[in-house]
Amino acid sequence: MSLELQREQWRVVETEWRPKIIVFCCHRCAPGAADTAGIMRLQYPPEVLIIRVPCSGRVDEEFILRAFAGGTELTEKLRRVGVDEEFILRAFAGGADGVVVAGCLEGTCHYLVGNTRAARRVERMRTFLSEVGLEAERLEMHHMAASMGTSFARMAADFTGRVRLLGPAFPAVHAASAEGGSGL
Amino acid sequence: MIVARRKPAPPLLAAATGRRTVLVAGCKGCVAVCGVGGEREVRLLAAQLELAAKRLGQKRTVLRATVARQCDPGFLSSFDSLMEQAEACFSLGCGVGVQYMAERYPAKPVFPAVDTVFAGGSPAAGLWEERCRMCGECVLGETGGICPVSRCAKGLLNGPCGGSVNELCEIGHNQPCAWNLIYERLAGQGRLEGLTVITPPKDWSRAGAGVRSVVREDLMP
Ligand code: SF4
Ligand code: SF4
Repeated sequence: MSLELQREQWRVVETEWRPKIIVFCCHRCAPGAADTAGIMRLQYPPEVLIIRVPCSGRVDEEFILRAFAGGTELTEKLRRVGVDEEFILRAFAGGADGVVVAGCLEGTCHYLVGNTRAARRVERMRTFLSEVGLEAERLEMHHMAASMGTSFARMAADFTGRVRLLGPAFPAVHAASAEGGSGL
Repeated sequence: MIVARRKPAPPLLAAATGRRTVLVAGCKGCVAVCGVGGEREVRLLAAQLELAAKRLGQKRTVLRATVARQCDPGFLSSFDSLMEQAEACFSLGCGVGVQYMAERYPAKPVFPAVDTVFAGGSPAAGLWEERCRMCGECVLGETGGICPVSRCAKGLLNGPCGGSVNELCEIGHNQPCAWNLIYERLAGQGRLEGLTVITPPKDWSRAGAGVRSVVREDLMP
């Protein structure tokens, strides 16, 4: 295969849109479920990026909005303003197309109500997202236990599929970068 | 404290349309305590303003800053350099903060990002309730510390209207009848005779239109 042809193929692969999915996983349950999925040799989409948090209740509204916002420019801008954003931005410099908050099964939160609080917050955030023109379906809350590898793999695959159907969260940015522009 | 509610985003996003640099200005006072105007909510609104622009493929820089109290003009100078860059400001302060901001930066639009609703408190997490209508002539001393102006649906000053049912106000919403509460409180203190004194009509000019001010010469320089 000529070098030119190979380059062309790479270009196609690189510009083909693949959703970026961020799953905030409560340290106590969902990463265990992802591990279990791995041990069971279950595949889930490689687009899924797991961010471990001490409790799903730790995922505050801004984590979610920032996960969508992403972008290197924002990283630069936020580098100046405090640890919280910097931490978040380092994790999400890419910008997400879909976000999942995964917490323990209802009634089993290690901090009593972190997961129910997270679920309520996710509901509120869905409103916030739709207010700015992002589909509320790009954000979901799931509950699982560490043993539930199959659930994790299925959740990851189903959600990624749904986000794929929705398309890029920021079509304009996507179009610009596909044309070789810098995006926003 | 002053209790406010975050405005929904769409009108704010509309006001931000076409503006490339805006400031989101927070306040660490009452509005931070009631969960609508502090640093956290500044970051939320800023993120919304950024996301909305990004969604439309536009660039927008959202500056953010929070001062101790927007209702205290002495604190506002820390917004100066940011307001030089910003084309408009979204204030998460109460109506007072918004007005002082607008006064300090008369050349630029200042939009309120919250609706200022009442003076009240938070008896439980996530709940705020009105406790004072700022009537300018407080009667709490005679009513056992229960405000009939804000808590009686009719703002009555001389006892219940006769419409209460099972100690609840006849307007519903499960509100206790303020005058029933007042009666119970005064009975407990053995002060029921106070209720036989007829309170004259309130001097509403003291609550009235125009600007009320409080002057304390002892605190002046
Ligand atoms: S009587 Fe007037 S000043 Fe006193 S608490 Fe009620 S509304 Fe406020
Ligand atoms: S029922 Fe009680 S609180 Fe309601 S309007 Fe009558 S006196 Fe006021």
